[in-house]
Amino acid sequence: MSPDAAGLDDTWVVVPAYNEAATISAVVSDLRGAFSNVLCVDDGSTDQTAELASAAGAVVVRHPVNLGQGAALQTGFDYVLRFTKAQHCVTFDADGQHLTSDALRMALRARDTGIDVVLASRFLGTTTDMPRLRRLVLRGALLFSQWYDGLRVTDTHNGLRVLNRHALESIRLTLPRMAYASELQSAINRRGLSYVEEPVSVIYTDYSRGKGQSNINAVNIVLDLAARRMRAAQ
Amino acid sequence: VIIKVLLIAAAISFGILILRERPSSSQQALLRMAGVGVVVLGVIAVLWPDTTVWAAELVGVKRGTDLVLYIFVMTFLFTTLAAFQRMHRLESQLTELAREVALRDRHEQT
Repeated sequence: MSPDAAGLDDTWVVVPAYNEAATISAVVSDLRGAFSNVLCVDDGSTDQTAELASAAGAVVVRHPVNLGQGAALQTGFDYVLRFTKAQHCVTFDADGQHLTSDALRMALRARDTGIDVVLASRFLGTTTDMPRLRRLVLRGALLFSQWYDGLRVTDTHNGLRVLNRHALESIRLTLPRMAYASELQSAINRRGLSYVEEPVSVIYTDYSRGKGQSNINAVNIVLDLAARRMRAAQ
Repeated sequence: VIIKVLLIAAAISFGILILRERPSSSQQALLRMAGVGVVVLGVIAVLWPDTTVWAAELVGVKRGTDLVLYIFVMTFLFTTLAAFQRMHRLESQLTELAREVALRDRHEQT
């Protein structure tokens, strides 16, 4: 499909990337097959990620130092709000675990329904080779986030999302590391944004398993969130 | 008994401070005064070691070294807290700054 065939030229895909030279080219050029606007936020990579993303057809902004994925996404949101008139923004992981076709379907759904946020759920879709422990940790994350965010979703830490401009304006990610995913969902709940889940596939490869979040990082996420809640409570 | 009140009060105020994002200037002043106080008491304790025993008995602790240990632990906690808060503030400033640099770089290219 050519980039403009779906009429998604008012949609920007934001790909946060940190040292993803092994996958970024394929991810970006695949996305460029369906979307005309792809923004890669290079989060202070020390490898060729930025150059490869640029060569593959993405607009690239570079953090001078590594700030974490939440910060990279927020930079992408700021770019979209400040320099474009885009109505929708897709977030997409750089490690190749998402399918462009899923992103496309979600973007079209967001556009056609006018829903503020479309979240991807790997538990509604088919997911290949998910490690058993990972499944357990994600289940735990789910229970925690349903209690914490008040959001009824089936998958809390999926990097694939579609947000419309209104949602981008309502959300400001400030938490370090991976806790931003819950921060984002809290914002959806607090701001009364409409949301829906779309079943997607997540591809677990040896690469993504090696690069992705370690399960023990769930502890960090919970502590980051607890600290934020205490600060917010006063 | 008195030491228990003091220690619990210190622990609770530590808990309250932990919740605060930005320490106010009066808080900062208090912390500094406490710091100066610790220095003065330290000098006194070195010059006249028996004063720690006297002070310990005054607040209901048996040994002077125990009192010194309690004070040391509490001071350490507060110092850690102050450092943590400052680091947290710097982190968020760094994030804003780096983001601005990233966006401006891109804007100048186009």
